[in-house]
Amino acid sequence: MSTLRIARLVAAKDLRIEWNSRVFVNQVLPFAGVTMVIFAFALDADSILQRVAPGLVWLATMFSMLVLVQRSFAIETADGALDALRVAGVDPMAIYLGKAVALGVQLLILEVVLLFAAVILYGQTIPADGAVLLVITLISATCGLAAVGTLYGGLAAGFTGRETLLPLLTFPAVAPVLIGATRAVEAALGTAGAVVSDGWPWVGLLVVFAVAFGVGGALAFGPLIDE
Amino acid sequence: MSVVDLDDAVAVLGQFPALAGATLRVEEGEIVLLRGPNGAGKTTLLRLCAGLLPLVRGSGSVLGLDLTVHRESIRRTVGLLGHQNGLYLDLTVAENVHFWGATVGASDAEMQAAMQRLDVAGRLATVGVSKLSAGQKRRTALACLIARRAQLWLLDEPHAGLDASARDELDETLRQAAASGATILMASHELERAGSLATRTVDVIAGRVHEVVS
Repeated sequence: MSTLRIARLVAAKDLRIEWNSRVFVNQVLPFAGVTMVIFAFALDADSILQRVAPGLVWLATMFSMLVLVQRSFAIETADGALDALRVAGVDPMAIYLGKAVALGVQLLILEVVLLFAAVILYGQTIPADGAVLLVITLISATCGLAAVGTLYGGLAAGFTGRETLLPLLTFPAVAPVLIGATRAVEAALGTAGAVVSDGWPWVGLLVVFAVAFGVGGALAFGPLIDE
Repeated sequence: MSVVDLDDAVAVLGQFPALAGATLRVEEGEIVLLRGPNGAGKTTLLRLCAGLLPLVRGSGSVLGLDLTVHRESIRRTVGLLGHQNGLYLDLTVAENVHFWGATVGASDAEMQAAMQRLDVAGRLATVGVSKLSAGQKRRTALACLIARRAQLWLLDEPHAGLDASARDELDETLRQAAASGATILMASHELERAGSLATRTVDVIAGRVHEVVS
């Protein structure tokens, strides 16, 4: 079985588990929505909310990502399935890629929902000329977040205190994504006088980040879960 | 060709030689019970045979594959079942069996046959694993082993956590599996039950294997 075929199996399995358990719909989306509402209560004034909306969307994404990553590895460790995959000689690179794809799909849906929440709650507008930049930013940032989340999720899965270890490891690592994605979305939405062309260099950063962590994670995942 | 062939095998955990020169041969269709006190090396022996630990001295092969060079290949041909079942609790029985079978490219017919053999193909197939009893979970895990074509079953305390009827079911399943050609190596502290199931018993004491003469 090729690595890509196994990766597809793992991704399909993870998404099937989410479909069966409805954790994403019943817990993660409401959590993200509540986070956006709390931000609105804290910042109150519409002018401030509109200016910081891109950053709030990505902050809510990252908080929610932690829940998704914890969940992604909780299903593997609840009955020793990750060990069983390892014992069965399943290619760790395929496990990593499959889990990252499943996480990425959920993150992408989450980001779209949060953007619409920003439109509804903060009065944010999405101009047509920034649509391409916005879509590419979402995809490249999602790839980076999924790569980091899966790598550190796998690392933390074997430790006691993984609930606190995961954010401590993940948040510093995804800081470049938070910065790059926020700036690129600001450019796409025209926030605070930014123009679309301002966003492309940040997209470049997001792509480099996603490739670096994607390749590094795929290579490092096997030794990490073996430990 | 023996399914398991260890000769003076040494395996270490950290610096400690958990197996200190173990010699063991297991033939196809046998059910071999490993018995011994805690820390004697039973689980290490199972993990060595699963290709999870390196062989640091001596020689050994599993299903004809050399333990010093083909550990990855060995992993794909054996099934190790410990205290946990390695199942996804939010998937149904059928989804679990299909996932594990698909990892080795098993056909739908093979997976269906595996579920039928373990009696989890009917009504149980669509039930979520989290809703199963301990015995049903065990049977599902064994169906997954069959679906992924494990030829050597390595079972660590297979009766742990099961009630009396589930233990009877498991014993019957293992007897049928051995009769169908599977080879089973199991470690257990439940000597009366496991001893009556096994075709042969060996003692593991201080990292060495001693044949029990019946």
